[in-house]
Formats: sequence, C-alpha cells, structure tokens
Amino acid sequence: MNPRAILESGMEMGCRPWPRFMLDAARWQALAPGEELSLLGLWGEVGFAHAAFLDEARMEVLLASVPAHDGRVPALSPRWPSAALFERALADLWAITAEGGTDARPFLDHGRWPLLGPLSGRATPQPPGVTPMEFLPAIGEGVHIIPVGPIHAGVIEPGHFRFHIQGEIIVRLEVRLGYTHKGTLSLIQGKPPRAAARFAARLSGDSTVAHSLAFARAAEAALGVEVPPRAFALRAAMLELERLHNHLNDLGFIANDAAFAVIHARCGWLREGLLRAIAAAFGHRLMMDRVLPGAVAQDIAAIPGLLVALAQVAAELPGLLAQYESHASLQDRVLGTGVMTAALVQQFAPGGVVGRAAGRGFDARLLTGELAPEALILQSSADVDARWRQRHAEALQSIEFLQALLPALPDSGLSVTLPPQGGEGVALVEGFRGECLAWMRLDGGGVIEACMLRDPSWLHWPLLEAAVIGNIVADFPIINKSINGSYSGVDL
Amino acid sequence: MLIPRLLRRLLSRPLTDPAPRPTAPEIISELRARLEEASHTRLGRSLSIRQVDAGSCNGCELEINALQNVAHDLERFGLRFVASPRHADILLVTGPLTRNMAEALTRARAATPEPCWVVALGDCAVDGGVFRGSYAVLGGVEAALPVDLVIPGCPPTPEQILEGLLALMDANA
Repeated sequence: MNPRAILESGMEMGCRPWPRFMLDAARWQALAPGEELSLLGLWGEVGFAHAAFLDEARMEVLLASVPAHDGRVPALSPRWPSAALFERALADLWAITAEGGTDARPFLDHGRWPLLGPLSGRATPQPPGVTPMEFLPAIGEGVHIIPVGPIHAGVIEPGHFRFHIQGEIIVRLEVRLGYTHKGTLSLIQGKPPRAAARFAARLSGDSTVAHSLAFARAAEAALGVEVPPRAFALRAAMLELERLHNHLNDLGFIANDAAFAVIHARCGWLREGLLRAIAAAFGHRLMMDRVLPGAVAQDIAAIPGLLVALAQVAAELPGLLAQYESHASLQDRVLGTGVMTAALVQQFAPGGVVGRAAGRGFDARLLTGELAPEALILQSSADVDARWRQRHAEALQSIEFLQALLPALPDSGLSVTLPPQGGEGVALVEGFRGECLAWMRLDGGGVIEACMLRDPSWLHWPLLEAAVIGNIVADFPIINKSINGSYSGVDL
Repeated sequence: MLIPRLLRRLLSRPLTDPAPRPTAPEIISELRARLEEASHTRLGRSLSIRQVDAGSCNGCELEINALQNVAHDLERFGLRFVASPRHADILLVTGPLTRNMAEALTRARAATPEPCWVVALGDCAVDGGVFRGSYAVLGGVEAALPVDLVIPGCPPTPEQILEGLLALMDANA
C-alpha cells in the first residue's frame, strides 16, 4: 500500500482546505516515505499526535493523526529522519513519547520550566535540578570540543552550538535550541484567532508577515471565509516586501561573513530605504500585526515611495552580483562551502531558499497559484554560493511581482467578519525562509482549541549540522548565515 | 665556549634593574584621580555594548542590526557592539526573559565589569510584553537584573534606540 493510500484509508476529520485523516497506530506505523511524500511537520495535541505531509506529485498537503494511548505513539523518525527534532518537542511540550524514535533527548525543555509537558493537559511539576544536555559524541584521535553560546558574539538569537573538531575540520556539530521558548502555543490556545494573531506575528520577527498570513489563512479556512480582493492583494504585496528586505539582509550578511564589506554596506543601505518606504506605506517597518485573521489592519499609503525604493533596489542588484562574481577572495569563501548532499536534501525535503538552492523544486506559492511553475528559480550546487545566488534571483523576482501588483491593486473592503463557530484549517505560506505552516482547530465558540505554527527552520537546522561536516571552523558563520535558520521560530 | 658563558651568567647578577620601591600612597591616589579625569575626557563619549537576546522573536535584533547600517552608522556616536560582556559598558537586553535564558543573562551580567548599565530594549524586555504570564517566561529583564534604561517599542525603530542610547551617554558624561 502506498503511503497516500494508507493516509486516505483513515477517517477524514474535516480539515480545510486539505484533509486530515485519523489513523490507528498500525497504519501510522506503516507510513513510510515514497510516492514523493515528504514530511512537513509533526506536533501534538492533548491525546493525539498530528503530522503534515506534502504530496509533491500532486502538490497537496495531507494531514494525519494518531491517538496517543498512554501518552505514546509510534515514531516516524526511523523512516523520516527529519521527524526526530519534532518528536523531541512532542515529548517536551505534549508529553507524548515517540516509541522507537531515533532520539529521545529533551530539546525545548531545559529542565527550567515549572511544568513537565506544559501542553499535555496533565502537566506535572518539573522535578528540581537541571540536568545538563547530553551531546552526541565524536571519537577519534585529537578530537576536541568547542562549545559556543547560548549568547553568541554578534547581534543574533541565542542557541548553543557544540562543535567537535579535528584540527581545523568540523567532525560533528550539534545545535541545541529552546533558549527563546516563550510558550507561544499555550498563549494562543483558548483565544479567538483575532486575539491570538499577535503571537503568530511574533513567532519569528523577520517572518512576521508570513506567519501572520499562514495563521490568518488557517483561521479563514477553518471558518470558511475569504478576505476581499484588496486585502488579498495587500497581503501578497507585504509577503513579497518581507521576502525582499530579508533577502537583502542575508545577501549583505553572507558577504560580511567573508569580510566583504562593500556588498554588506550597499545591501544595508538598500534595505533601509525599502524599510522606510514600507513604514510610510504600512505604518510599521516590519509590517508587524498588519495581517490579521479575516483582514489587513490598514490600507496601503505612499505607493509611489515604495515603487521608488523598489526601483533603487532593482537598479543596484545586478551590479552587486557582478561585484560578487568578480572577487576571487569572496568566491573562494562561498564556492563549495557548506554543501548539502542530494541524499540528505531528499530525506529532509527542506523548503525555501535552502531547498531551491539544492535543486528541490518546491515553493508554497505553487500550491495556491501565486507562483507559476515555470517561474520557479532553482540552483543546483547546494553550497553557500547557490544560496546567495538563489536569494539574489528571488529578490529580483519579488521586485517584478511588486512592480506589477502595486499599481493595479483591486478596490474592495479590507476585512470580512469571522463567524464565532467551530472548524479546522491549515495553511502553507511561502515566507522568505520557506514554507510556514499553520494549523488550528476552533471549538464551537470560535476559540482556538489546538494550534501549531511550524517554521521552515525545523527542517533547516539538522541540515546545517550536516552541511558543516568536513568544513573548517572558520567557515561555520558563513554557512550558518547562508541557511539562516530562525531560533525563535523553532523554539516556540 | 657556550658552557663557560652560561655558567658566568648563572653566577653573576642579572642585568635587569631591581623593581622600584613601592610608591607612596598619596602619589598613587593623585595619579588615580588624574587618570579618571583623562579617561572621562577621552572615553566619556564612547560606550561598548554587548547585546543579549534573552528570548526575543528576533524583531528587535533586526532593528539593532539596522542601527549599524550606513544610514544610522552607530559608531560615529562612539557606540559600538562588542563580542564579549567583558569588554562592555552596556548590556542591551531584548526579549521577554525566558526561563531558559535567565542563567545565561545573569552570567553575562556577572562577566561585565563595573560600571555597567543594563538597557531593556523592546516591549517584551520591559515587562514580558505579549508573552507575560507564560509558563516559560519570567517577565521583563527586571525579573533578573536591575534595569537602568528602558526603550519600549515592538520593535523600537533604530531612531528610537539611538535616542535612548544617546540619552544614557549624556546622563553619564
């Protein structure tokens, strides 16, 4: 039986627009990769584990659930290695053990919360005392350890990197996250979507539009409503503006990690011009809280200023590419650095720039028709260079979209009433990092009963650990920046 | 040839002068006063900042980084970011203080030499912001450290951050 048939043999649970099937443990256990079914995410709810898959052939999302009898479900990680991180969070937050999983160590829970299994519905007091995390070993002559973080040298988010080094070469890296765990999901539960939107907007500040939009679309799907055309178009514009300002940021910071200051300075300047135009247009530099369930918070102003800023970026990007290509010192740092093997890319099915720079032809905008399949941009070398070029090409493409969209915004209202009723919805939105997944189920009064916000970085962090192996320690920052995982997005 | 020379050196007095006698305490205190005055003139308008993310969503970090772009050019005001708390005069703390970051933050403060100012940046750092009341959050930065200056906003714009930092510098000049 192929995995799609196994999924569809379960009872349909009424999720929109993509179905969720309830499986028994045996069928859940029988799920295996194949038929281009990749794992998007895995999370919990009181009494259940849920997984989201992508059918890459049909470009459809499929959800599956399994009851957690006695707090246990069969593990997916022996078949999908990307499930391991999710299973650790499943145990930490929902106290659901993935039986037969490949990694049972805690992940988000550092032993410092007052509760064990805070989302399990039967949380118990955390025993006193903090157990230090056990890192995976590396054995060999002359292997030594470099512990880094949680506070890093730059202005970035906290996380702990444990390097095992032989000479200059990285033998193993393990990333420990969870430092910015804020209990976001627990704060979302029990609130209506409008009131909970501010938490989606603050899951990962750089992806505030993408996560807000995924959250809003999931709520709208659950309630069976659609926003008016102008709100739809404004959301699309904000999503592309967010992609553009973040891609400019990354293009600059990757070059900066190779000590190539010119590109960093120019990208910083272009991004600042864009952010100022965005602030004039939407009233907030990062467009935080501008996308709400059933609405956009305000209409756009100062479109001409935005177009001027976009034209400035469009005019300078080709020159930056020429600079990037013509400096051997920079090329030497990026070419062949931090390569992801094709096998790992296939197994982990990463989205976003990371996936497309490795030739994986997926973009969540394909699912909704926002991006035509022939417009998909891909690279093949899966190294720092490919990821830089991918961002550069996508930035230009976003500008083209915006230049076509902004002068031709449809006229309509900006919001739709959200009926206070039950329902279940899921959405996938292509943020600058990759696909942001939001799932929620509302009870009869329109209050969120269960929810998951899955940042694309869940699939990127394990690939960072793999991509740095065999590289020199000094190249770690540039590899890390080229992937640019979100800490807060995963920490929840 | 070598061995007799080595022996001669071993048995003779060292070429290095002996250490000077201890200086009189009054001279030392006078020197100290002069040094303080000079350092204030020279360094009084220069502060090193160690940024600590104590649980933010990374929105504040984006704007702090923007402060260093060519448009804002933070360094022209004598403010610069440093990699270690040991080199810092200011701890610039963002985020609601998560339980998982509390120890790292207090250890960073312990590693910062006196005098040290703690700046809470962003609504979350002020009082936990929207995350106040979560099981995973202790509250604002004040839950772990005394705070000298608060820069609210979600996130504050680079101009607002700059304004706050310059005010701190003026207050201590």
